[in-house]
Amino acid sequence: MTTPSGTPRLTPLHHVHSALGASFTDFAGWQMPVRYGSETAEHRAVRTRAGLFDLTHMGEIELTGTGAGAALDHALVSRPSAIGVGRARYSMICAEDGGVIDDLVVYRLAEEHFLIVANASNVAVVAPELAVRAEGYDVQVRDASADWALLAVQGPASAAIVADLTDLDVPSLRYYAIDAGTLAGIDVLLARTGYTGEDGFEVYCRPADAAAAWAALSAAGEPHGLVPAGLACRDTLRLEAGMPLYGHELDRKTTPFEAGLGRVVVLDKPGGFVGDAALARRKEEGVQRTLVGIVSSGRRSPRAGYPVHDPATGAEVGVITSGAPSPSLEKPIAMAYVAPALAAPGTRLAVSLRGTLEDAEVVELPFYSRTR
Amino acid sequence: MSNPTHLRYTAEHEWIAVDGAGGDLAKVGVTAYAADALGDVVYVDLPGVGSGVTAGETCGELESTKSVSDLYAPVTGEVVEVNGAVDADPSLINSDPFGEGWLFVVKVTGTPELLDAAAYEALLEA
Repeated sequence: MTTPSGTPRLTPLHHVHSALGASFTDFAGWQMPVRYGSETAEHRAVRTRAGLFDLTHMGEIELTGTGAGAALDHALVSRPSAIGVGRARYSMICAEDGGVIDDLVVYRLAEEHFLIVANASNVAVVAPELAVRAEGYDVQVRDASADWALLAVQGPASAAIVADLTDLDVPSLRYYAIDAGTLAGIDVLLARTGYTGEDGFEVYCRPADAAAAWAALSAAGEPHGLVPAGLACRDTLRLEAGMPLYGHELDRKTTPFEAGLGRVVVLDKPGGFVGDAALARRKEEGVQRTLVGIVSSGRRSPRAGYPVHDPATGAEVGVITSGAPSPSLEKPIAMAYVAPALAAPGTRLAVSLRGTLEDAEVVELPFYSRTR
Repeated sequence: MSNPTHLRYTAEHEWIAVDGAGGDLAKVGVTAYAADALGDVVYVDLPGVGSGVTAGETCGELESTKSVSDLYAPVTGEVVEVNGAVDADPSLINSDPFGEGWLFVVKVTGTPELLDAAAYEALLEA
């Protein structure tokens, strides 16, 4: 994959990754580190110690103004106006037909200031769409992606690592909270969020400060066993945690209800929202397919796009959306859309692995939960 | 990345070590470049001993955490030995692609034109 212009964008940490021996991949128009050594080792480091990620490719959209909360209530499926200052919520932006345009994290930085984090592949669609939906509200919508570098420290040691460097009170920064402060003397937004299923932090800073923030976190993390971690392990970490990835579990043909994310949708917002009629209908009528977790017993892993069959009838009953050998479970895991009748944990299924049917079983998501 | 000069190579990133009394045995593996591009290999599906393979055609699969890749036979012939160690521990392909990570040995009946190390490296840089 390349950008339309064919020239991938580089993050301000590109030279750091190169010096660390990273392998790169083109991701949504960015050249991003996919791994530095073994992605399995990076995965295990995040589960047991800590990993440091460059996520600068993610998109940031800022909304400011007295109407920001109301505009977001109209634009998104959730109720951002109810988010407390300094808190974050997972949300989605849907089309009129209820299909998911993107999944988002919404941070409320101040009463009239929201930061929306969108997927790199979607920010060029989401930012103008939010601007259109905000018309008539007293709010400024700005694609601020170029203003922000984003680093993530994820893993059980991350709180100790970050606490060494920041003036913020890390123990009192709750999960899905955000605060402005300094990290190694650098102005940052520090959020206790992530996409790995571990405790962790996301650090938003100016691109010019990214290399200094990376160096400080690397040095502070070294005694804790922190390693640089690439997008390859980020994908297996989020898959184990049962978290959807746009383009795999979520797309324009899928509503939040198929994806098991109906809890995010607030249908009874007073002013309504874009997609509300279609989503109310989908909730009322029920879904034709639903997202499940699958484990298989063989050594080969189901992969995105592989057909899922009912072993009783041989009929094709679904499709794999993501799959990989799980480093934590040490067996193949996958997510799939299947008919609701086959979605109960314990249901026997079969996955067509390039022509060979392999036994599989529906399990509860997530595959992995950290012990708190 | 250093590709040993005593080996021959294919554009599909396999290496071939010609051996045997009459020079008719070819040990086959994948290059360090391929191993790096694959990521951590977690499963190998190798051709069985006694099976025939045809140069340029798929003869197995390498599965990494990220993806599945076809394995192409670099030469034509009969498989006479497979590396049981790499079947049991596919990470040998990552840790020692030109050594312990070898895949199988073919009794060769036909060899297409193969690349030397310099030509292979030129291909990587192209």
